[in-house]
Amino acid sequence: MRTRSADSTLLRVVTCGSVDDGKSTLIGRMLFETNSVHDDQLVSLARDSAAAGTQGAELDFALLLDGLLAEREQGITIDVAYRFFSTARRTFIVADTPGHEQYTRNTATGASTADLAILLVDARKGLLTQTYRHSFIVSLLGIRRVVLAINKMDLVGYDQSCFEQIEHEYRSFAEQVGIAEVMCIPVSALRGDNVTTASVEMPWYSGPTLLDHLESVPSIEQAPGAFRMAVQWVNRPSPDFRGVAGLIASGVVRPGDRVRVLPSGVETVVDRIVTMDGDLPVAGAGRSVTLTFADEIDASRGDLICEAAQPAEVADQLQAHVVWMHEAELLPGRSYLLKLGTRTVGATFAAPRYRLNVNTLEHLAAATLQLNEVGVCDLHLDRPVAFDPYTENRQTGGFIVIDRMTNATVGAGMVKFALRRAHNLHRQAVQVDKRARQRLNGHDTRVLWFTGLSGSGKSTIANEVESRLHAAGIRTYLLDGDNVRHGLNHDLGFTDADRVENVRRVAEVAKLMADAGLVVLVSFISPFTAERRFARSLLDEGEFVEVFVDVPLAVAEARDPKGLYAKARRGELVNFTGIDSPYEPPVAPEIRIDATTLSPAQAAEAIIERLGL
Amino acid sequence: MTATPTKAANTAAPPLTHLQRLEAESIHIMREAIAEGGRPVMLYSMGKDSTVLLHLARKAFAPSVLPFPLLHVDTTFKFRDMYSFRDIVAAAPDVELIVHTNPDCVTRGINPFEHGSAMHTNLWKTEGLKQALDLHGFDVAFGGARRDEEASRSKERVMSVRSKNHQWDPKQQRPELWQLYNVRRSPGESLRVFPLSNWTELDVWQYIERENLPIVPLYLAAPRSVVDRGGMLIMVDDDRLPLLRGESPQVRSVRFRTLGCYPLSGAVESTATSVADIIDEMLSSTTSEREGRLIDHDEAGSMEKKKQDGYF
Ligand SMILES: Nc1nc2c(ncn2[C@@H]2O[C@H](COP(=O)(O)OP(=O)(O)O)[C@@H](O)[C@H]2O)c(=O)[nH]1
Repeated sequence: MRTRSADSTLLRVVTCGSVDDGKSTLIGRMLFETNSVHDDQLVSLARDSAAAGTQGAELDFALLLDGLLAEREQGITIDVAYRFFSTARRTFIVADTPGHEQYTRNTATGASTADLAILLVDARKGLLTQTYRHSFIVSLLGIRRVVLAINKMDLVGYDQSCFEQIEHEYRSFAEQVGIAEVMCIPVSALRGDNVTTASVEMPWYSGPTLLDHLESVPSIEQAPGAFRMAVQWVNRPSPDFRGVAGLIASGVVRPGDRVRVLPSGVETVVDRIVTMDGDLPVAGAGRSVTLTFADEIDASRGDLICEAAQPAEVADQLQAHVVWMHEAELLPGRSYLLKLGTRTVGATFAAPRYRLNVNTLEHLAAATLQLNEVGVCDLHLDRPVAFDPYTENRQTGGFIVIDRMTNATVGAGMVKFALRRAHNLHRQAVQVDKRARQRLNGHDTRVLWFTGLSGSGKSTIANEVESRLHAAGIRTYLLDGDNVRHGLNHDLGFTDADRVENVRRVAEVAKLMADAGLVVLVSFISPFTAERRFARSLLDEGEFVEVFVDVPLAVAEARDPKGLYAKARRGELVNFTGIDSPYEPPVAPEIRIDATTLSPAQAAEAIIERLGL
Repeated sequence: MTATPTKAANTAAPPLTHLQRLEAESIHIMREAIAEGGRPVMLYSMGKDSTVLLHLARKAFAPSVLPFPLLHVDTTFKFRDMYSFRDIVAAAPDVELIVHTNPDCVTRGINPFEHGSAMHTNLWKTEGLKQALDLHGFDVAFGGARRDEEASRSKERVMSVRSKNHQWDPKQQRPELWQLYNVRRSPGESLRVFPLSNWTELDVWQYIERENLPIVPLYLAAPRSVVDRGGMLIMVDDDRLPLLRGESPQVRSVRFRTLGCYPLSGAVESTATSVADIIDEMLSSTTSEREGRLIDHDEAGSMEKKKQDGYF
């Protein structure tokens, strides 16, 4: 069944099914029957089938798909596995994803690159919650073409009405979730009916076999739409050659085409399409090329080259579907990195507008997103990005979210649209600025950021510093954690998400006060490095002074001025920093106060000395 | 100024073959891996996958020259043909080749006959690779591994993060969506990048044929002197191979599906004398290529263990 021809096309497929629907058996059989299983694997397959298989003396194709050791020991699949097979006409890459609810992350990952999804159902059980969930997720990831493989037909006597009923139910559902094209095929993965050869048991079925269908659907290599290419790298071997290298995301490009570079908006004309094998007269989606332009324009990594007449949008505030992919929940207000195309920018999420029940599509209220949850969120970017709505272009509308501290990929998103605010909100230019106020006050501005455990002495020391500054004629203001929580932040609790928002608001207030020309003292536990770093990023160079009031947990707990540690230990207070909520100590604070040895007065003196106001 | 051509005038580009798509994807991966800085290197073993990888790298960065050197972690037990091939590749004007031989192994005279294949491979290759990466401060290493090579590789990422000690932690691997790769790493961490992840053995040969790439002659059948060890045909490539009692080398028409250390690489009987013949042979026969490589037989899941230890 394989081919001598190197001209076959490529189709990428994602497979989804619940445990025991027969997914491994089905894929294993396709590999086997397209002669894509190597001899030695067949030998071990025969051996393993006899030892561990479920099919007596026959081959158990499911055993072809083994995985990581730990998974094998547990007998479950927990990650996306990629399988390969080919026929005379096509080469297939199959992203095999596990079925459990907690693996939404994997289904989304596998679906992101797929042209088509195969969903399995067990003919005896019909449509299950999982079927709905998988349909929704693959649709969300932009797959418009689904094969519903109704498996184990042998166990329902190859019954036509059973098949038809499931087909009927599924079609009406698929329409609701935006799946345009559905093909239902009755199969027995175990016996091979309608997998690669037409079933003799089901003469009533006149459609194609699974393999026939996969061989004949159009693949998306010729992505329709306007030309888009994200610049990966500027190729500059000599002063007289400057090209931009990238993978064409959609459309086609020819020399002479007018293009616009986003976000700058500069326009030029394509001069050459350069490859090592010579210049191309035309290049389309899916090719990696290097473009040169007629004018010397500034285009570099992160830019999006677009057809000038149909450019992408540019915005710094977006609404998007977000799939959360990490054990650490999404923290609204925290500054993450967002990578879209080849551009990486800072991004903060507002609290989700809603979370989706991926089984029922119901909208649920949510303050955050946990691992494997899907929601709709507004994002604020620190610089604008060029994008297309995901439903129009999967390559220019999808993004990943990266944690700044761990560098882990923690989420993925699909842009819905730019928030209008982003277009219309312009900053008001002001005439009296910070410098002017500083001159009037007669001193510089500072934000003294006191961080440390509850009971470390932050507030006492901050008070002491403020008294002395005030006495010296310096205009000050003290923002204290407890006080702010009574007013501005009275709606926030102590979950990680709320702590992040708590600190974000205070950082913004501190920034405004610094702008007003004051010396601001902030006394907040502020347990997370990321938020303290965010606060620092809001202020001018040298303005932010991180003061780490350092005492060992045992000392703070022994002091326990408000009796809070005792309560937390008794379990009456949850999410208490140091007890059941983490404190990330600053690595390089401007000032570190050893509060076990220094008195508050000594500490204040040391701080004021360092300020040099 | 000319009017923007309409879509109708813009007839579609010719449809892409699967090899063109794989090529473009690999080029994209290579460019992403180096575009945000670091010290990249390409691991080079003279094998067919390395050959394809090198060719793709040239395409990715042309008309610039390769923006990284090649690194061969030598074991001193490669086939002689591989060394001569390496010399030819190293002589190309755009290639800077670094050869690393683990000095401890040289001193201790590590060899597969006395120390066994596992220890031999671990010390020369796994330890040797770590030494070389540390020595030169490389933090992005391209390798030619493919997901179809072995079941445990089917879930491997295109870009995988290694700790300071070159450890691979299955829990730290990042989801890879669309064509978006997260290349960020903390100080001390490094990336292993596998641009051929989605290629199969057949794709590799078809590509070598299409692009007309030179290969080590051992891939093609020729009369060679071999001994039969429990079904494995081991080539007597030099006089270091100790012959077992009763063993006498015979000349047979053989070729190799994978090339490694000659005492650990099994040949297959074949009459395929061109790349086209190899492809035809592959389409009719289907012995998974690693069968010819002794090291995988040591334990089930051995590849995975090696990966955790830092071997590719
Ligand atoms: N009778 C019958 N059994 C099947 C069929 N497909 C799979 N099975 C059996 O269902 C069980 C689960 O199959 P498996 O492929 O491991 O399911 P997975 O969890 O979806 O990968 C195994 O015992 C298979 O032999 C089928 O078409 N008919």
